[in-house]
Amino acid sequence: MRREAAAAVSKVNAGRPVNLPLPNRGRVPNLAPLMTEKSNVNWAEIEAKPAFRSLLGRKAKFIVTATIFFLAYYLALPILVGYWPDLMKKQVWGKVNIAYVFALSQFFMAWIVAFIYVRVAAKWDKEAAAIIHGH
Amino acid sequence: MSVPLIMFLAFVALTLLITFWAAKKNTGASAYFAAGRSITGWQNGLAVAGDYMSAASFLGISGMICFSGYDGFMYSVGFLVAYITVLLVVAEPLRNAGKYTMADLLAYRLKPRPVRALASLSTLTVSTFYMIAQMVGAGVIIKRLIGLDFAPAVIGVGLLMLVYVVFGGMLATTWVQIIKALLLMAGAMLLSYLVLKFHNYSFTAFFEAVSKADYAGTAEPKNLLEPGLKYGVAVAGPWGPLDLVSLGLGLVLGTAGLPHILVRFYTVPDAKTARSSVVWAMAIIGLFYIMTTFFGFGAATILKKALITTVDGKPDTNMVAPILAQVLGGELFFAFISAVAFATILAVVAGLTMSASASFAHDFYSNVLHHGKENRPGQEVKVARITAFCVGAVSIGIAIYLGPSVNAAFLVGLAFAVAASANLPVIVLSVFWKRFNTTGAVCGLSVGLVSSIVLILLSPNGMFGKAGALFPLENPGIVSIPLGFLAAWLGTLLTARDLEAEAKFAELRVRAHTGLGSEKATAH
Repeated sequence: MRREAAAAVSKVNAGRPVNLPLPNRGRVPNLAPLMTEKSNVNWAEIEAKPAFRSLLGRKAKFIVTATIFFLAYYLALPILVGYWPDLMKKQVWGKVNIAYVFALSQFFMAWIVAFIYVRVAAKWDKEAAAIIHGH
Repeated sequence: MSVPLIMFLAFVALTLLITFWAAKKNTGASAYFAAGRSITGWQNGLAVAGDYMSAASFLGISGMICFSGYDGFMYSVGFLVAYITVLLVVAEPLRNAGKYTMADLLAYRLKPRPVRALASLSTLTVSTFYMIAQMVGAGVIIKRLIGLDFAPAVIGVGLLMLVYVVFGGMLATTWVQIIKALLLMAGAMLLSYLVLKFHNYSFTAFFEAVSKADYAGTAEPKNLLEPGLKYGVAVAGPWGPLDLVSLGLGLVLGTAGLPHILVRFYTVPDAKTARSSVVWAMAIIGLFYIMTTFFGFGAATILKKALITTVDGKPDTNMVAPILAQVLGGELFFAFISAVAFATILAVVAGLTMSASASFAHDFYSNVLHHGKENRPGQEVKVARITAFCVGAVSIGIAIYLGPSVNAAFLVGLAFAVAASANLPVIVLSVFWKRFNTTGAVCGLSVGLVSSIVLILLSPNGMFGKAGALFPLENPGIVSIPLGFLAAWLGTLLTARDLEAEAKFAELRVRAHTGLGSEKATAH
């Protein structure tokens, strides 16, 4: 059956995100372009490109790993400090204790994660640009 | 006319000038709501940092560290690390796929009306709690500074703030935040320097003194570097440590759901700038919070107890930083710090009102009530200005009703917990999970919102006081955040698949991860 382009485009100011009815309501669509504000872009086609999928896979892997790491490192702080206070009170440099050093390290951990992310994301930007302009 | 008052008025005059400049440039929704998307990376970094370093941060944390030592410093850590969540998960997809508000992203592929309505409600809730905290802080400072009573002080703050928002919009509030952030950093650096100078520029001597902090000899020495003075089992009972973890969780996840911070990412031209602005913000905020070590802990070694106690014997936690400035740097420095602290509050309140009113006008009024159609051009902006007025009036009223004794940090912590429980699960699942549907979003938003608020009302700070509290923790995060995620997840799995939403996922994915089709900067 020939797919019909979506007829109902809301009469709104251009650029406002809205939900539009699918051409074949209730069935998973194939790669026909959806009518949106940028109706000359074939979103589904871009999304299906192996290069795009590969990029997203790598992005997901990095973000999930980084998130697990920073949350674990951060939450270790209240957990250790709350449940092992005597360990954390041990002094390591003059009167400065492990608790303070660990807390201070959180700042540097955050900055380092941010720095690494910015580097990696710059590469992803280049890849994404190549994917959308190559089509 | 005292020196603090003069300095304060000078700063207010400066910001009013900015507001009038911005008012001339403000034409159209993009300019009012998103500053024309013309803000650069470092400017937005400063604006975000400014928005973040509110009364609770500067005044509240210094006071908390001064009285409770290390446990107060935990706030400093949490507030900074929270930005990694923003950086990795939220900032770029938001900028790429949305237009003016957080709900734009949520409603991208879901049914707009229920999602926007609930997102608008949660935005208004979070913003109101945050705002009341700032209003209370402002009232207390003005009371000390100028001698006005609490109620007129709060009203005065509210009126000033309304001028910023109603006439200036996002451009004005952004620039006010930038200038304020610079002044706040300068003040914090000078304060830290003076504290170190007091200890002969020696870190060893400084930490030595902190480890037996005795408030210039007026109290028993205690080691403020040791954890547990507020959340330890000895002080807070068996639930103390869990409360600390709950607080930590709320802090680290809450920022990524704070509407008035997220909305700042719409003021930059593209996602890459949004990213760099988060990094700038992290550099500034991180530096600031490390410095709280000095003026927070340091205050306990320099200030006499009597100076930082109120007339009825309670710790005057909000005034520690200004009083430290007075003792170390004289009247002039006290004036400067007080003016900056006050400007901090004013600017944050303006930003909050901005995001709350934008949410109402754009999400609720235009999209829910009027199905996305503007009756007349410019009406959305007009509704936003009216909402700003109403929101300001309501929060002034509630702040006066609650009075000066309500704990500002408690209210801000509540705002963070609500944001993390209601908003974050839905943002994350919408961007990363194809199967996510409208019912899931509605469940996530409502369960997150309701559970966090109910648990706060049942907490030791809530309706039944410490004795009758049904929920033992002060912070609901460790319960309400997982509940929010669970509700969003179950709400999706247990209801019918939304094939429209799934079909639009491809588009959302491409937009969110490449920036194709994102809202561009308007000519300016």
